Amino acid sequence: MSQATAAAAHRPLPREPEPGTRRLNTAKAIQEAIASQMAADPSVFVMGEDVGAYGGIFSSTTGLLERFGPERVLDTPISESAFIGLGIGAAVEGMRPVVELMFVDFFGVCMDQIYNHMAKIHYESGGHVRVPMVLMTAVGGGYSDGAQHSQTLWGTFAHLPGMKVVVPSNPYDAKGLMTAAIRSDDPVVYMFHKGVMGLAWMAKNQRSIGAVPEGDYVVPIGKARVAREGADVSIVTLSLSVHHSLDVAEKLAPEGISVEVLDLRSLVPLDRGAVIATAAKTGRVIVVDEDYRSFGLSGEIAATITEHDPSLLKSFSRVCVPDVPIPYARELEYAVLPTSARIEAAVRKAVAA
Amino acid sequence: MTVQSTEVASGLTTEGRQELLRRMILMRTFEEAVLRDYHADKSPGFDIGAGLIPGEMHLSAGQEPVAAGVCAHLETRDALTATHRPHHLAIGKGMNLRSLAGEIFGRETGLGHGRGGHMHLFDPATHFSCSGIVAEGFPSALGQAFAFQRAGSRNVAVAVAGEGAANAGPFHESLNLAALWKLPVVFVIEDNDWGISVARAASTSVPSNAVRAVGYGIPGLRVEDNDVEAVHAAAGAAVARARAGQGPSLIEVHTLRLWGHFEGDAQGYRPELAQVPDRDPIPAYEKRLRDAGALGDEELEEMKASALTQVADAVEHAKAAPTPNPDEARKYVFVEGRIS
Ligand SMILES: Cc1ncc(C[n+]2csc(CCOP(=O)(O)OP(=O)(O)O)c2C)c(N)n1
Repeated sequence: MSQATAAAAHRPLPREPEPGTRRLNTAKAIQEAIASQMAADPSVFVMGEDVGAYGGIFSSTTGLLERFGPERVLDTPISESAFIGLGIGAAVEGMRPVVELMFVDFFGVCMDQIYNHMAKIHYESGGHVRVPMVLMTAVGGGYSDGAQHSQTLWGTFAHLPGMKVVVPSNPYDAKGLMTAAIRSDDPVVYMFHKGVMGLAWMAKNQRSIGAVPEGDYVVPIGKARVAREGADVSIVTLSLSVHHSLDVAEKLAPEGISVEVLDLRSLVPLDRGAVIATAAKTGRVIVVDEDYRSFGLSGEIAATITEHDPSLLKSFSRVCVPDVPIPYARELEYAVLPTSARIEAAVRKAVAA
Repeated sequence: MTVQSTEVASGLTTEGRQELLRRMILMRTFEEAVLRDYHADKSPGFDIGAGLIPGEMHLSAGQEPVAAGVCAHLETRDALTATHRPHHLAIGKGMNLRSLAGEIFGRETGLGHGRGGHMHLFDPATHFSCSGIVAEGFPSALGQAFAFQRAGSRNVAVAVAGEGAANAGPFHESLNLAALWKLPVVFVIEDNDWGISVARAASTSVPSNAVRAVGYGIPGLRVEDNDVEAVHAAAGAAVARARAGQGPSLIEVHTLRLWGHFEGDAQGYRPELAQVPDRDPIPAYEKRLRDAGALGDEELEEMKASALTQVADAVEHAKAAPTPNPDEARKYVFVEGRIS
């Protein structure tokens, strides 16, 4: 653990605002974080496809062009290797780029720049060169956009060393984590799920709009959050699945089933202490992950717990995408996504065992 | 080199000209039907994931001249790789309309049994494929051309993409490799002036991708207006060249995206929007054929009626078809019986 992370772990998180204060959707919370960091630091700029006049396909950059102009908010050609690589070079020279890859699914065309360059330069240089860049990208399915536009893929990025991987689930965290990401001297992959952005043209999750403080604040990267306390079973999850899990927890509470929901908020660094703590508390762990099941986050969580103390677990299961490309037809897509129904079944099975 | 339609000696018979119009009308009629069903059940309050046809929808209205003009020269066994905006090209290539509609509606009867969706159409019967990842159709067209070359057939592969896609690496790598190996490929760029919201001038360092082709040692031609006969003439020469073993060429057509990038796109970034409907190439071509005495009212009515009948059949068939069985969501990840 670096000194900075250790310090962050002991600092109390900023208090979330009282209900009744200003509420924003996640997209606006992200825009606000970027705008305030751009205002504070002239080396911050934004770049990507359709981030200017369009404001980002998922509204992550709306209003930035009007406020900061085309010198600092740059629409790019469809040339991901070139513009992500450009971001890396600019970061090496001390700028702080926020670069959008429109859908994470497109990483295939530019992954070399990401994992062989953005993520490795600091290490290869023996710590002499820093790449303070944010690569933000949309993840997630649930609206029939097919196999090339619906993946989460965070496990892939987390598997490759050298980049932090953060995935907010709500507006408050989205702003605080983006602020932390832009200020970070490491490359940060910032993944927002379309289903938590609170977009007008998509089915909205009830918690995609929430209280967000007006001033700057940081949610430290690498610190999970207990989204709901519980005693019988722990759901370890992130992003949109946090909300499905909270819905299930609320639904089962009257039956006397007490579910704890841990929102990881980042995969790298992974808050292993929080994972172990919740496993120690309930002994029954379910990982809900919208990424593919095999070789990913869910296996990592199981390994984390068992490496620490195999006797902690009374039961372990996972609700993930079963290693199948995300299908187009709604019936098929909802059969593979980690839906509330699948999560509920897993909880019932865990407590019955 | 740039061509204007007036320079084109069409060499087309009256039947040939009518056939181009007929194909364009069929493409448009199909998309109008998709448009209706896509939006009809998404209101009130547009929700992209709701309704009979969920998901993103990229329609190609206005770009029919490219598909009709190019595909007129293609045989069933020639290959075509298209983009996220594929319907006009799929229809031009002769795809079965019921299979196309079935896939768009996410039904078991669709080309991919509902797995692929409108951006991921794979049809071995017509050697048609497309991709939602921009510019990724170029390399696979090379491979199909390579296979044809190896097999000693006269078949060609056509790779179609937008002018936005021509700024992606695979386009440049593919032009070079096709030129180097003299592959029977025709590159077709649909320049509709816009990447999603990014104007060509703001994304492309040269006025025409024909120039880029020349830089790779490939003949490049830009068709400056959205005229089906000009496309037909240019594509005829390029396909003949490829069939004759003389290698690749590139055609860029300055075409028109009549509607939004995807349905639900308010197009606030698009200053010339008001003039766009007037540039619809289909009424323009109808008028041109009429003026030339190559088309009468009756023939036009018959074309429209026939298109409506075919499209209605496809859409009804799709709507009546079963949705895929959720228990089979994992079917087709691997070839049955070969999972190790
Ligand atoms: C590699 C990749 N990058 C970005 C996208 C997102 N995207 C889809 S279509 C599009 C614009 C394409 O413009 P163009 O190639 O001109 O085709 P048009 O939509 O105008 O037909 C973009 C940026 C993508 N699908 N794939």
